[in-house]
Amino acid sequence: MPKDSGIGAASKRREDVRFLTGAGNYTDDINVYGQAYVYFLRSDVAHGRINSIDTSAASEMPGVVRVFTGDDFEGVGGLPCGWQVTDRFGQPMQEPGHPVLARGKVRHVGDPIAAVVADTLQQARDAAEAIELDIEELPAVVDMKAALNEGAAKVHDELPSNLCYDWGFVEDNKAAVDEAIKNAAHVTTLELINNRLVANPMEPRVAVGDYNRANDESTLYTTSQNPHVIRLLMGAFVLGIPEHKLRVVAPDVGGGFGTKIFHYAEEAFVTFASRKLNRAVKWTASRSEAFMSDAHGRDHVTKIELALDADNNFTAIRTETYANMGAYLSTFAPSVPTWLHGTLMAGNYKTPLIYVNVKAVFTNTVPVDAYRGAGRPEATYQLERVVDKAARELGVDPIALRRQNFISEFPYATPVAVEYDTGNYFATMDKLEEIADLAGFDARRKESEAKGMLRGLGINCYIEACGIAPSNLVGQLGARAGLYDAATVRVNATGSISVMVGAHSHGQGHETAFPQVVADMLGIDESMIEIVHGDSSKIPFGMGTYGSRSLAVCGSAMVRATEKIIKKAKKIASHLLEASEGDIELKDGKFSVAGTDKSVAWGDVTLAAYVPHNYPLEDIEPGLEETAFYDPSNFTYPSGAYCCEVELDPETGKVTIERFAAADDFGNVVNPMIVEGQVHGGIGQGIGQALLENCVYDSEGQLLSASYMDYAMPRAEDVPFYVVDHSCATPCTHNPLGVKGCGEAGAIGSPPAVVNAVIDAIQSGGKNVLHIDMPLSPQRVWAAMQD
Amino acid sequence: MYAFDFEKPTTVAEAVAALADDEAQPLSGGQTLIPTLKQRLAMPSKLVSLTGIAEMQGVCTNDAGQLCIGGATPHAVVAAEAASKYPALSALASNIGDPAVRNRGTIGGSVANNDPAACYPSAVLASGATVVTNNREIAADDYFQGLFSTALEEGEIITEVRFPVPQAANYQKFVQPASRFALVGVFVAKFADGVRVAVTGASNDGVFRWTEAEKALSANFSPDALNGLSVSADGMIGDLHGTPEYRAHLIAVMTKRAVAAAS
Ligand SMILES: Cc1cc2nc3c(=O)[nH]c(=O)nc-3n(C[C@H](O)[C@H](O)[C@H](O)COP(=O)(O)OP(=O)(O)OC[C@H]3O[C@@H](n4cnc5c(N)ncnc54)[C@H](O)[C@@H]3O)c2cc1C
Repeated sequence: MPKDSGIGAASKRREDVRFLTGAGNYTDDINVYGQAYVYFLRSDVAHGRINSIDTSAASEMPGVVRVFTGDDFEGVGGLPCGWQVTDRFGQPMQEPGHPVLARGKVRHVGDPIAAVVADTLQQARDAAEAIELDIEELPAVVDMKAALNEGAAKVHDELPSNLCYDWGFVEDNKAAVDEAIKNAAHVTTLELINNRLVANPMEPRVAVGDYNRANDESTLYTTSQNPHVIRLLMGAFVLGIPEHKLRVVAPDVGGGFGTKIFHYAEEAFVTFASRKLNRAVKWTASRSEAFMSDAHGRDHVTKIELALDADNNFTAIRTETYANMGAYLSTFAPSVPTWLHGTLMAGNYKTPLIYVNVKAVFTNTVPVDAYRGAGRPEATYQLERVVDKAARELGVDPIALRRQNFISEFPYATPVAVEYDTGNYFATMDKLEEIADLAGFDARRKESEAKGMLRGLGINCYIEACGIAPSNLVGQLGARAGLYDAATVRVNATGSISVMVGAHSHGQGHETAFPQVVADMLGIDESMIEIVHGDSSKIPFGMGTYGSRSLAVCGSAMVRATEKIIKKAKKIASHLLEASEGDIELKDGKFSVAGTDKSVAWGDVTLAAYVPHNYPLEDIEPGLEETAFYDPSNFTYPSGAYCCEVELDPETGKVTIERFAAADDFGNVVNPMIVEGQVHGGIGQGIGQALLENCVYDSEGQLLSASYMDYAMPRAEDVPFYVVDHSCATPCTHNPLGVKGCGEAGAIGSPPAVVNAVIDAIQSGGKNVLHIDMPLSPQRVWAAMQD
Repeated sequence: MYAFDFEKPTTVAEAVAALADDEAQPLSGGQTLIPTLKQRLAMPSKLVSLTGIAEMQGVCTNDAGQLCIGGATPHAVVAAEAASKYPALSALASNIGDPAVRNRGTIGGSVANNDPAACYPSAVLASGATVVTNNREIAADDYFQGLFSTALEEGEIITEVRFPVPQAANYQKFVQPASRFALVGVFVAKFADGVRVAVTGASNDGVFRWTEAEKALSANFSPDALNGLSVSADGMIGDLHGTPEYRAHLIAVMTKRAVAAAS
């Protein structure tokens, strides 16, 4: 029975009322009295030596307050990297400086060179055109393998090469893996590219710096997924502002997808400049700036080998990946191709031996960092593609080959250092076969063929690690922060509740789902509970939202804090009811004495806490407010099976997605409608990656796909109606809600399903095409079919 | 954008006078020009809006049976009002961009701009239409002169486009995945005295007629008449979304489909 409120109810997203009626309060809606505007002059070459920057004429232009260059940041820190990877040889990664404004060299198209602050944006732009630059263009490195060649131009002159690190995982397995591959009955090899993407949230980045001379406090309003992380990184490492004098506010944020996790130069600049000028400074990115300054995603070049024995059991996996870091290390960039990727290479299979090698490379391109799924889509894509290819080479059914190799017992310790607590991969595959109507596929293929079209079916599984993350573990792996979260439950005198959470909602629906949990625990109406997030001066020190962590980590903190509330409220109730504490029961918002009809309402107890006239003051403090920090003991491991059915026009190479089914195991589900929406969105982005999106540089480092004229975003007509199921739930064993996280699954699980389906369609037409790199644009599919 | 003056005349004569100033430029739907200005890629001293000129609005039929479309008529109006008179043209207009673009963008703006990937130029050329300006009439065959280049003189305004209505016609647009303009678009129009085929999106020289196909189709208006015909990849556009070979291939495929749909 679906519930109509509390955990499990499809409560309507209350935040949508303000979003859909234009009442949202986004960063660009924030205007501070007297604010000035900054325009960044950005490099139009990929690599160059700055000989001189003459700002004298620009400084004299109308309305100009001040022109800043890198020299103004003498003594100021660079943008820090939040994760240090240790390489195969035990050495720390190469970690170049990342100045707020370029100094000495420019290293990618879009690298900020100077910042003009003026009374209006138009004046700032006009003045930027009067800056005289003498930049000597240098040869650029764009291709990763070429960047590692002897004699290649160096992105950072002070480093030995363009190699950031050469990482091996698990290094001790390497010899055994090599041996197993040598002795295998069959080895399937696949070389592939995981295409570079631009996140493209609907709202571009915005930052407003506001310095208050009266109390020496700085406020940064910014489009961030994690205000406390920004406060920590910018305050401690860049500008040296103590935390009690720095407030970071991330109000309504119009989509993040990872790219708004990171600390960016523009945030540091507006905060710095507002202090220097004693005046608020605002920056709003244009879409063109977003393309050349938001951290990009993916961009891996991989070779994967899958070894099988004579009975088609997987015996070993060996991978070699080149991972593009871009010109600088973005905040969490080093962790993406390593700990968020290598640890997932077991997938859903009991392959006993795995070795992952990753070479991270600096190039003259925009920095690359986490994008929806971050590392896990790259792992899933190569694994599920190589398994599909193996099935084709061996002439076995791709579903049967997967089932044969599924992990079946939990907990399961993988050879890549993680322990899956629960899962049931057979159940999700069974469910998928049902909801995707695999039985009807042959008939549908015949219908397509009668129209002169090809039809293909693609299946894959996925596993991900989310609920990021146990702090002590990630600390050992190189994280320079903890990854707990926090919640404060503030019960007001009349019984309504404000919950201050460290998680940040930028589309996920926390304002609806989180109250469902608290309402369920207390037995009161959801509407009595409000979520407060996104302001470091209001919320406890939480780490924000990414890695499908909000409910699993921050939600768990909220449960713990609510448990403390219940404990104290019961004490108060026992006093009011003159009964022993152990006899007090809380049900439907009422405290009653077990076995009697004596009770007090929730509101009576909360009022007593704040008007403590009849109150056990000698035992407990007045008030009803509790905080909890929660540090997870493990990751959570959502998993599932996806199926994509495509039609392919053999004359043009155009692929259309006809059907898409997803059977996910997210553990317990708090709001099934929100979960479904997250899966839809994720699959939409996965389809975008598989068929449309591609961030392309030419050999000189010019960004060719720098606008929507050339960067293809998925649109409504490109996606089908999805069939989504999450009934195969194996609850997480180590968090109080038994939840696993659903935010990234769709983006992780869908690209291989699409590509597998297209390959299947081409094969059904009699062409032996085994792989096409994403995006599978009409031209690429057609060209592959001509060979 | 840079600052500019703005005028909104109500007659063609006033518009022509306003455009006499140095660096003045007509503004119609603004769907091409405004993004260009926002990127500071153009610096007109004055914009002269054409959308307030009544004589440049609307769709009608003249005594010769030609469909006459005012130069400032938005795509959405053409889509609606040409539907019964020239369905292929209406269908083309209804598939340009998105609703916002169709409600602002105009036929005159599109034909004046002559983007190599735009849809309208193929209809104008395949229909053998006449581009009417404030001081002359220009035959389609003389009008299009390469990428973004036309027979228009400085300050000359397209006031109307006159389309002879063919017996049968169809436009096939294969969209560029990002912009959704035409990667290749083929307009086929069959008249009593022969067939015209115009191709947009494909060539480095902009919209062009595929005369070989026209000859074959004039003899036999059926897809089979095109068997064995192909376009050379020489001179075709190569970019992120299609090689010259792919575009040349698509021309043949789209032409066949247009003929099949029209016949
Ligand atoms: C998102 C988007 C998608 C689009 N998709 C398509 C598509 O699929 N297919 C397609 O064909 N087009 C497409 N377009 C372009 C659209 O059709 C524009 O309407 C067209 O290119 C220009 O028309 P306009 O009226 O907006 O002209 P404007 O932008 O106002 O002007 C364009 C140029 O023409 C000049 N000009 C305007 N009117 C006249 C006139 N009457 N006489 C002389 N010169 C004039 C202007 O000075 C300017 O140089 C798209 C545009 C956008 C923004």
